[in-house]
Amino acid sequence: MIDTLRLTAEDAARLIASGEVSGAELHRAYLDAIAERDGEIHAYLTTVEEAEGDGVPIALKDVISTKGVETTAGSKILAGYVPVADSTVAARCREARLPLIGKTNLDEFAMGSSTENSAYGPSHNPWDPTRVPGGSSGGSAAAVAAGLAPWALGSDTGGSIKQPAALCGLVGLRPTYGTVSRAGIVAFASSLDQVGPITKTVRDCARLYWIIAGRDPADSTTVEHPDAIAIPQAEDLKGLKVGVPKELNEAEGIEPGVSEAVNRTIELCSELGAEVGETTLPRSVEYGLPCYYLIAPSEASSNLARYDGVRYGLRVGNGDIRSMYEKTRDEGFGDEPKRRIMLGTYALSAGYYDAYYGQAQKVRTIIRDEFTAALGQFDLLVSPTSPTVAFPLGARTENPLAMYLSDVLAIPPNMAGLPGLSIPCGLSEGLPVGLQLIGPQFSENLLFRAGHALENALGFDYVPERLR
Amino acid sequence: MAISRDEVLHVARLARLALTDEEIERLGAQLNAILEAVGKVAELDLEGVEPTAHPLEVVNVWAEDEPRPCLSVEEALANAPDREEGFFRVPPA
Repeated sequence: MIDTLRLTAEDAARLIASGEVSGAELHRAYLDAIAERDGEIHAYLTTVEEAEGDGVPIALKDVISTKGVETTAGSKILAGYVPVADSTVAARCREARLPLIGKTNLDEFAMGSSTENSAYGPSHNPWDPTRVPGGSSGGSAAAVAAGLAPWALGSDTGGSIKQPAALCGLVGLRPTYGTVSRAGIVAFASSLDQVGPITKTVRDCARLYWIIAGRDPADSTTVEHPDAIAIPQAEDLKGLKVGVPKELNEAEGIEPGVSEAVNRTIELCSELGAEVGETTLPRSVEYGLPCYYLIAPSEASSNLARYDGVRYGLRVGNGDIRSMYEKTRDEGFGDEPKRRIMLGTYALSAGYYDAYYGQAQKVRTIIRDEFTAALGQFDLLVSPTSPTVAFPLGARTENPLAMYLSDVLAIPPNMAGLPGLSIPCGLSEGLPVGLQLIGPQFSENLLFRAGHALENALGFDYVPERLR
Repeated sequence: MAISRDEVLHVARLARLALTDEEIERLGAQLNAILEAVGKVAELDLEGVEPTAHPLEVVNVWAEDEPRPCLSVEEALANAPDREEGFFRVPPA
């Protein structure tokens, strides 16, 4: 009997290599776990019955196009859409012979922080099913935390990997912008979108990042990673300078229990040999969220123009073409995509462009410069990933701005194209707290090294208490 | 109010969204609250600051001008809501 709740991808690979279990048997074990537990969690939108490949099975967020397997982006407008080609990351998983378990739930078009914006109903947090798993990659995080996948891919525009990983007690990497291909990924905000792993351990995270990273001729924004990705071994932080940005650690709305867990982990950094000091990001936190909520919706309003009822997806109405466009989009999109399309269209419209989008792009330069300065003094920066632990379903759905604040700490480094690793660092009120590690562009190996050393020292148990 | 009802309607038309009256009221009010919050970026004096459009220093990535396989007509039309012969079929303009 395979304990899918505890099995890491590394353990699974070892079992397969030793011949104790086949990839197909493992795939079956996860489908059985899904049949048993996914009624409560709703991590999956689609499952795949036949195992293809003899490696460690994987779950993919439903913005990742998979040839022959429905890909909806959590939207009614793409219900029934079956891609005729794989995205590059899905193809890389296939080449690595990772059998696809299924496609995971998400906020519609990856817009949200709780999965409650999914047109197919929310996912539930395996630590407490009355609470959200975070989002937008909440289905991927819930699947891994509930033992319904050994590892998964999510996507992160403004915290959509880091925040659900934090809320579900998992490891999540938002990679350096440009190191993972977006070819075949349902686009949200193209100057920010990145695909990355959600896993139980930092070593699993490094393994999966190694599989998906690298330049892709089909995505001209990709670059080759300058380093060979290494599976981390180090058990200390000797020689590292760790900066604690005041504003990211003292922002309004950070729960005391979250601060306590993070502060204890910062002390642990010193005990493990790091030199720890305070630093500052004077405007990045205060202006990061407003900057993001101009840039991301503006780019989304352009990217989502393709859903017009012509080439694929929903079509409503057959009067004249303009009314067909308008009815299709009104019926096909949920509230959050509509809000963001409206906001972005307004911010880009004649007379407002300079004041909103243009100004936000300049704020982005300020944010980059502040992180460059802080990372000139320190090797990496630490903060909470999310100001709060997992919140109850429904708590923020009526107030979009309250929902947006879920990502106030995750967004600023994203604006600068920086990688961020979230690792679980303790519990508050019985729910996981995530620590965000931020490094310079292309510093994934450093983040893995530090994350692994901390994970080792913390000894956090990633199996939700109620399922042990 | 940062944005009037007429402006909400104008933006919805630009975005090709046939919003219902209820949606115009509700989304309009939310849009106002969001615009008030994001309008904070206007507080900063950023005269002379260069905009950042893209976080990586990548410019002019060229592809070799070589033919390579692409989707067949059948594949391209596989998800079409309506089609006729080898084309996407749409209502009259």
